[in-house]
Amino acid sequence: MPSCLIVDDSKVVRMVARRILEDLKFGIVEAEDGKSALDSCLEEMPDVILLDWNMPVMNGIDFLRTLRKSQGGEDPVVIFCTTENDMAHIREAISAGANEYIMKPFDRAIIEAKFSQVGVI
Amino acid sequence: MNSQDFQLFGDIVRTRSGLVLTEEKVYLLESRLVPLARRRGMDSLEDLAEEVRRHRDERLLSEITEAMTTNETFFFRDNKPFDIFREVVLPQLLETRRAQKSLRIWNAACSTGQEPYSLAMLLKEEAAKMAGWRVEIMATDISDEVLEKSKAGLYSQFEVQRGLPIQLMVKYFQQVGEMWQIDSSIRAMVKFQNKNLLEDLSNLGKFDVIFCRNVLIYFDQPTKSKVLSQVHKIIASDGALFLGGAETVLGICDDFKPVEGQRGVYTSAINGMLAKTG
Ligand SMILES: C[S@@+](CC[C@H](N)C(=O)[O-])C[C@H]1O[C@@H](n2cnc3c(N)ncnc32)[C@H](O)[C@@H]1O
Repeated sequence: MPSCLIVDDSKVVRMVARRILEDLKFGIVEAEDGKSALDSCLEEMPDVILLDWNMPVMNGIDFLRTLRKSQGGEDPVVIFCTTENDMAHIREAISAGANEYIMKPFDRAIIEAKFSQVGVI
Repeated sequence: MNSQDFQLFGDIVRTRSGLVLTEEKVYLLESRLVPLARRRGMDSLEDLAEEVRRHRDERLLSEITEAMTTNETFFFRDNKPFDIFREVVLPQLLETRRAQKSLRIWNAACSTGQEPYSLAMLLKEEAAKMAGWRVEIMATDISDEVLEKSKAGLYSQFEVQRGLPIQLMVKYFQQVGEMWQIDSSIRAMVKFQNKNLLEDLSNLGKFDVIFCRNVLIYFDQPTKSKVLSQVHKIIASDGALFLGGAETVLGICDDFKPVEGQRGVYTSAINGMLAKTG
């Protein structure tokens, strides 16, 4: 079973995403900020990371830059999932190594479309 | 709704668009036509039916037909056909047409434009291989409303997130308020035109590639055959026809045969260049 790490400081968002991704047969790990997401990745690299931008302690973009420099951190497919929905943020995310970008609010159709686009489902 | 009214609306829609409304579609008919009746200041579908019987006003009949069509679509729908187009069909055509350096593509039933614009972006990405080529993408639909939306090239946040890879969005779209607009350079690659598939298609000219996806599925068998044999007359003998995931020519039209190993792609039964890729 492929694994997906859901990184979001909102418990509700994590729960909604978890439901959708469990239906898509992912094993789910959760983290509530970039720092604990990094800890989780160092323990075990997930196949996919669904990543919020604005979070306390460490935000999503800093997490991503650090991840991509870490051992094995090139591997996970990273999909941003954020309310930052302007071109400048999207470009910044891509140059930091994001594979896809979801603008909130999201729903099942969007998650499915984006996950299949990057080839993880 | 009484059965005479249902039959009246069903007949209008079927004869004008080919769309077949079965009895279980009563609910759909009501939910789509009641708003139309209200917009025209009528209270009920009985009034609308009465108005139709009395005047048979062309515009009203078109509006009824358009209201009953399903316009659901998204960018790079099903992915695979676009991969096949890029990896199999296009390279062959670039080879066989290298003398003329010209390519004509028809997107029948283009709905709100996501499909022809997907093709246009794909071709733009391959532009390096096509220097000096003349490429025409003709996109048609029966509904003026979707054609207007297509031409504007303006999509909601939801629409740009269905099927469009983020790299292409960054490259070819601009943010306009809450909406996203596809670049004028891509818009200029597609010509939009109203065309009913039940009408004579011969004046469109010949095409090398035809995308006719997710529209035949709404037609009955005789209408499917009729449309496909018309399509056959305007496709190059070595051209490629793309149908939707739930559509086929098998048992409907002998003029085409499936291209082996390439799901959803068909070629002329007589000549078909793609057959040899099998
Ligand atoms: C479900 S959409 C398919 C859009 C696109 N080809 C795709 O696969 O995503 C069907 C479209 O067929 C159009 N349509 C229905 N009957 C038609 C006809 N007789 N002639 C031309 N277009 C028709 C509708 O207006 C609608 O936009």
